[in-house]
Amino acid sequence: MFIKLTYCLLFSLLFISCSSSDNDKYVATPLELEVPEIFSQYLIAPVIPTNNPQTVEGVALGRKLFFDPILSGNGTQACADCHRPQNAFSDPRQFSLGIDGIAGFRNSMPLQNLAWNFNEKFNWDGSAPTLEDQIFEPVTNPIEMNNTWPQAEASLKNHSEYPQLFKEAFEGAPIDSVLVTKAIAQFLRTLISGNSRFDRYLLGENILTPQELNGINVFMSEDLGDCFHCHGNPFNPLWTDNTFHNNGLDEFFADLGLGNVTGDPRDNGKFKAPSLRNLLYTSPYMHDGRFETLDEVINHYSEGLVFSETIDPLMKAVAQGGVQLSEEDKADLKAFLLSLSDPGFINNPDFQNPN
Amino acid sequence: MKKLSILLIFSFIIIACGSDDDNNTPTEVAVNLRFSQIFDELTVTSLNLSSTVYVNEMNQELTISRLRYLVSRLVLTNSNGDSFLLSPYHLVDLSNSETLNLNTNLTIPEGDYTLSFVYGFNEEDNQNGAYADLNAVSWNWPEMLGGGYHFLQMDGQYNINTEPAPFNFHNGTARVSEGVFEQNFVVFNLPNTLTVSENSTINIQMNIAEWFRNPNTWDLNVFNTPLMPNYEAQKLMQQNAASVFSASVE
Repeated sequence: MFIKLTYCLLFSLLFISCSSSDNDKYVATPLELEVPEIFSQYLIAPVIPTNNPQTVEGVALGRKLFFDPILSGNGTQACADCHRPQNAFSDPRQFSLGIDGIAGFRNSMPLQNLAWNFNEKFNWDGSAPTLEDQIFEPVTNPIEMNNTWPQAEASLKNHSEYPQLFKEAFEGAPIDSVLVTKAIAQFLRTLISGNSRFDRYLLGENILTPQELNGINVFMSEDLGDCFHCHGNPFNPLWTDNTFHNNGLDEFFADLGLGNVTGDPRDNGKFKAPSLRNLLYTSPYMHDGRFETLDEVINHYSEGLVFSETIDPLMKAVAQGGVQLSEEDKADLKAFLLSLSDPGFINNPDFQNPN
Repeated sequence: MKKLSILLIFSFIIIACGSDDDNNTPTEVAVNLRFSQIFDELTVTSLNLSSTVYVNEMNQELTISRLRYLVSRLVLTNSNGDSFLLSPYHLVDLSNSETLNLNTNLTIPEGDYTLSFVYGFNEEDNQNGAYADLNAVSWNWPEMLGGGYHFLQMDGQYNINTEPAPFNFHNGTARVSEGVFEQNFVVFNLPNTLTVSENSTINIQMNIAEWFRNPNTWDLNVFNTPLMPNYEAQKLMQQNAASVFSASVE
């Protein structure tokens, strides 16, 4: 009896001391990423910076900001205007237009599975070392949102809702550009796509058509498509190697890509290998959106390769223009590629405009 | 009082250790590994990728733009027969300097050892999709070719000063015929003695030139790409692998 009482007292003391410190400091609600089964089975852990943990409040704030034109110079353009949910957060236009109607020079990248970009180096040319860094750029780019950060911060501070939302997400720290990028990055890390027909096939929950099955065979055969060296495989279900390649598009480069960032001429003409997920929604293709259709993309690798000094040696048979697939293999390859599209991703209610 | 007890405990530990030393137990030292690459007398680093021209046994001029290889079951064994597993597997990527050094977090008694390892994975270890870190860097070997993982990827251009053409010198399980596969790893038991002491590093060196000459002279005009499904090329690579590695202590 006495012992029990003592324990009781001890516990009460603990409880009191804990609760008093809890009352002093509000803490945002931690939020785990919803990791698809196929990712947790085969891949290493996603990249979440220790200084920007996922929270319920941070993700909600990031989502609101992503869809809000408030960050742009004249209040007309949101991130989502060039990263549209229905296009797997890319842009169906070859080049997006900024707030002053000026076109960019690369196709907007889809935003999916960004926490699994293990080497980081975001953008087609790897110019942003981290996802947070990436988000700084479009806000002030004169041909994109053409704003200044002081002005964007002022708009947020003078808004009727944002000051409270920032307070809840970042525990009272003052609104600034760093917190804006942190919130949006948290939202972007929730944009996870891992439930395509092919994913369910890998989990044994779905069957594929004979055409799709031959398509994966073309993809995985070094003497046919040989796509897997750069674009993943059933055990790397990101469908990208997250690195940079010159895939034989041009003899001379109008855009140096990675080479422009590193200053190393050996990197000229190299661009990030994009994931093959959600191709159904991400036309046009390539860093400059030069191909409208997947058929054009496949024809490029089959017959359209052009030699240049930095071409990746994985671009085989370049002297013949490529791997020379039969029409049937091309059609099957395309059918397989489309099985990596995930309608649940683009229609996920958590990823739509909350404003 | 508490401090005193801790002090006493520590003294015992120190005494215990000290008495071991009196029995001539050697000092425990850390083991660090380094992976280096040469093309005969030339050192090959990431700076040489896609730029330095090498000449192989057939006088073919080539550049190398990618070099990755896998070694596994790295074990040091001393004359008492004590074995120490340095690493279950390690992927070297010449373009990633972090992979060129391996600090094992292991300490072993100072002394003489020999090194053994497997080039690639042996049959038991070479399981489809079994290693998340290797999956994440797309190191997998296609299932229709026997699955598991690549052992080597060496990509580049040959006939670089005439008509450059790509080669993909990729090695892994050999496919004899559809659904019939042959193991293609190589077990290395390097004969030379490695004397390990404080701050020593074991350097495992690959001489790339050996891939092109010993015992099979490699003609890139014949074997360039695709080589993965080519049984003959896969076995020639395995034979040539036998002389590419050596180890020394630095």
